[in-house]
Amino acid sequence: MNLTLKIWRQKSPDDKGGMVTYPMKDVESHMSFLEMLDVLNNDLITKGEEPVAFDHDCREGICGTCSMVINGRPHGPDSAITTCQLHMRKFNDGDTIHIEPFRAKSFPVLKDLTVDRGAFERIMQAGGFISVNTSGNTIDANTIPIRKDHADMAFDAATCIGCGACVAACKNSSAMLFVSAKVSQLALLPQGHTERTERVLKMVHQMDAEGFGTCSNTGACAAECPKEISLDNIARLNREYLRASFVSGE
Amino acid sequence: MMNAKIPTGPLKDKWTNHKDHVNLVNPANKRNIDIIVVGTGLAGASAAASLGEMGYKVKAFCFQDSPRRAHSIAAQGGINAAKNYQNDGDSVFRLFYDTIKGGDYRSREANVYRLAEVSGDIIDQCVAQGVPFAREYGGLLDNRSFGGVQVSRTFYAKGQTGQQLLLGAYSALSRQIAKGNVAMYNRHEMLELVMIDGKARGIIARDLVTGAIERHSAHAVVLCTGGYGNAFYLSTNAMASNVSAAWKAHRNGALFANPCFTQIHPTCIPVSGEFQSKLTLMSESLRNDGRIWVPKNLEDAKAIREGKLKPKDISEENRDYYLERRYPAFGNLVPRDVASRAAKERCDAGHGVNKTGEAVYLDFAFAFERYGATEAKLRGELNPSKERIIELGREIVADKYGNLFQMYEKITDDNPYYTPMMIYPAVHYTMGGLWVDYNLMTNVQGLYACGEANFSDHGANRLGASALMQGLADGYFVLPYTIGDYLASDIRTGTIKTDQPAFDEAENNVRDRINKLMAAKGTNTVDFYHRKLGKVMWDKCGMARNESGLKEAMNEIREIREEFWRDVKIPGTADSMNPELDKAGRVADFMELGELMCLDALGRNESCGGHFREEYQTHEGEALRDDDNFAYVAAWQYTGDPGKAKLNKENLYFENVELKQRSYK
Ligand SMILES: Cc1cc2nc3c(=O)[nH]c(=O)nc-3n(C[C@H](O)[C@H](O)[C@H](O)COP(=O)(O)OP(=O)(O)OC[C@H]3O[C@@H](n4cnc5c(N)ncnc54)[C@H](O)[C@@H]3O)c2cc1C
Ligand code: SF4
Ligand code: FES
Repeated sequence: MNLTLKIWRQKSPDDKGGMVTYPMKDVESHMSFLEMLDVLNNDLITKGEEPVAFDHDCREGICGTCSMVINGRPHGPDSAITTCQLHMRKFNDGDTIHIEPFRAKSFPVLKDLTVDRGAFERIMQAGGFISVNTSGNTIDANTIPIRKDHADMAFDAATCIGCGACVAACKNSSAMLFVSAKVSQLALLPQGHTERTERVLKMVHQMDAEGFGTCSNTGACAAECPKEISLDNIARLNREYLRASFVSGE
Repeated sequence: MMNAKIPTGPLKDKWTNHKDHVNLVNPANKRNIDIIVVGTGLAGASAAASLGEMGYKVKAFCFQDSPRRAHSIAAQGGINAAKNYQNDGDSVFRLFYDTIKGGDYRSREANVYRLAEVSGDIIDQCVAQGVPFAREYGGLLDNRSFGGVQVSRTFYAKGQTGQQLLLGAYSALSRQIAKGNVAMYNRHEMLELVMIDGKARGIIARDLVTGAIERHSAHAVVLCTGGYGNAFYLSTNAMASNVSAAWKAHRNGALFANPCFTQIHPTCIPVSGEFQSKLTLMSESLRNDGRIWVPKNLEDAKAIREGKLKPKDISEENRDYYLERRYPAFGNLVPRDVASRAAKERCDAGHGVNKTGEAVYLDFAFAFERYGATEAKLRGELNPSKERIIELGREIVADKYGNLFQMYEKITDDNPYYTPMMIYPAVHYTMGGLWVDYNLMTNVQGLYACGEANFSDHGANRLGASALMQGLADGYFVLPYTIGDYLASDIRTGTIKTDQPAFDEAENNVRDRINKLMAAKGTNTVDFYHRKLGKVMWDKCGMARNESGLKEAMNEIREIREEFWRDVKIPGTADSMNPELDKAGRVADFMELGELMCLDALGRNESCGGHFREEYQTHEGEALRDDDNFAYVAAWQYTGDPGKAKLNKENLYFENVELKQRSYK
């Protein structure tokens, strides 16, 4: 198939940037979206132009590195997948495809489609852990049974890949879905209970400090989340936050 | 002769005695000691977190934008531990024995025993960190089986075990970063090792966002930089996984051990076209429940390839469940090397089932029925229809492997709940790596290697679910003890200054190389050369190797390398973000390593584990080991020319297991 690509090009963080059009010929439907971009880049390099910079690594939907808005949707038109799992069979001959970076004040563009998601790192550092030393001198793993349904829910929340699509999908650039996934995982497990209060307060505080917007419950985040992280997690985060504010007297 | 520094005494007491007698660094002195950890996958994140927690000043580096994105994140099936929760007779000795045997008797007894010994602690540690392993209805941890063993000792989190373990280690690391004990350098790539007076004292790194070249000093350097499977271009590794850090160490004197020991994993999604950029694994855990087969008759196979028949058109008696046929004792759960070769053998004989003829079926129909029937009973459904049983079975399978089935469907557009998966072997893991002693130190003083980057525990073939175990064992439980022994003599050294000549020289090396790459201004892209290299490696140093092929490969690789340096084309500038330049440096190193891999394969005149030399096989086509002549680790020393590396041998002694021909029949 033949396609027209309109891609965001931006040399550096302080460059203004803009959309550039590239015609693409003979794209095969079994190629992945990123393989299609590989071909484009190969052509650009051969012609002496700079290739399009984009983040990617695992190319199987688990590392959370790839991050593009394709035709207005983070990770593109298919549901429950990342950009790297998108295949060209989802497009038709003659299509025009708009490709842009994840847009959010807290995710500054570094180059072309590459953004800086350092804000997520700092949120995790603020409290996304259980304070246990790595000595190995813990209790036997089977000492505390955990209800399977709780373990499963914790697992579902823990599958967040930290890609940031939820932020890019949200009109307020809220990071609530991302934060709620970690808070939920740890709140659902007995191991996480001791630090429950502090954790949610610190993570939410850091989220605000990073300049992410507020959540207005439109659900765009969950709709675009490649790991189908549920909105229930946001509800749980709100409950945890309220509880923590009450307990800590804030 | 190499000194592996294996402690004396009985196998089961070595580690405890060793720990009791190593030198310690007291807490006040730790604050004056800097450690660089390169790589923050399972091995690096666990090491950096542990060392930071102990009070050392740690600097950690990774080239991704977050430690959470290291390649470890992609591990699917599980992690082994000798917990014996299933009461099926498992023990530390059995895990040790399985690993030694699985590795085809080419690993060091003492290291492997220690690995088995600390395996249980890993599970305890991870659960304490909040890693959500799969559980049974009673709330206790669940296990599954992996290839090459007859017990159920693999802990898992659906098909995302690596993700959950890495996020656990990442959380421990994040905690230390927040405390100021670890300084994290994301989007930084180590490009050179700095040696002062014969000791590793620092690195030169490039900031991949700005292109700035930086100097970082330390009292010890720990490489946790992963494996080198991408030397084959197509592999299940992440796109940027590379050998450069280990290769720089090698060029500075560190021995590279058993480079030809690569693992070709039997269950990967087959290659679909010439633009393919990577291959995707379908976890070995699927072999618990899937049965592997090809059509018995060549005509059927041909008709399937031409699209005239579907798998369901082939009746039971016309299917060849070749693993069950050849290896009745282990069936579909034979080790990876055995399963891969068997698939290649069937496809080479004309029984392959996709367009290219390079695919076999992995069929879940039986599992749907088996699980469905049990589930119907559990739910009290009397006389369920066959459809109902299969439907229930699909739900159970989805619960175990849902994400893998989804991944498969997204890539191939086929739904494996309704038609068998098609799979073929692909490069997956590298058992070889930097040579290390019992303390995980390379032969270069102060330079350590952990995780897939070292060679230590898996011999010639790694058993499934053992890499995650090794990465975390090295980082959480081994290195934190052994590194103190070395650093105890460094407490008065003071900060290593970066304005020394050794740093100037190392930095100049890096700048010269980058300038040379940028200056070539040739005609072909980096990928063009990487693909070329990969094809040579796969054809001649892949699943089957022979003397003449390996010799050809070495010549071809040299030619590709020369052409690359003359004619590669790298756009952009060196002092800005430039992913093509990053890639070029990595591929340049793969082109040197590739030649060394062939040299190693050429010198090893036997077949063992993943290394199959066509000249050395039994009449049944099984690998033929030669213990009299090759029970050693081949540790190569750099001489300026990878094709003329110097061989050092570490003889392997087996005092606790008997060397036997590996049999899974
Ligand atoms: C698809 C797949 C599935 C797997 N499934 C399993 C499984 O189920 N069970 C199992 O036991 N094993 C499995 N494995 C193997 C296992 O995942 C790896 O062996 C293991 O995770 C390697 O961990 P590591 O910490 O050594 O390296 P990695 O996780 O590869 O980390 C390497 C780190 O080094 C950094 N790095 C590398 N070079 C540089 C440099 N020059 N400068 C700076 N940083 C650098 C990277 O940024 C990264 O942080 C699987 C592997 C694959 C490919
Ligand atoms: S919640 Fe979903 S969209 Fe947001 S970071 Fe996690 S995986 Fe990505
Ligand atoms: S590249 Fe890893 S999720 Fe897309």
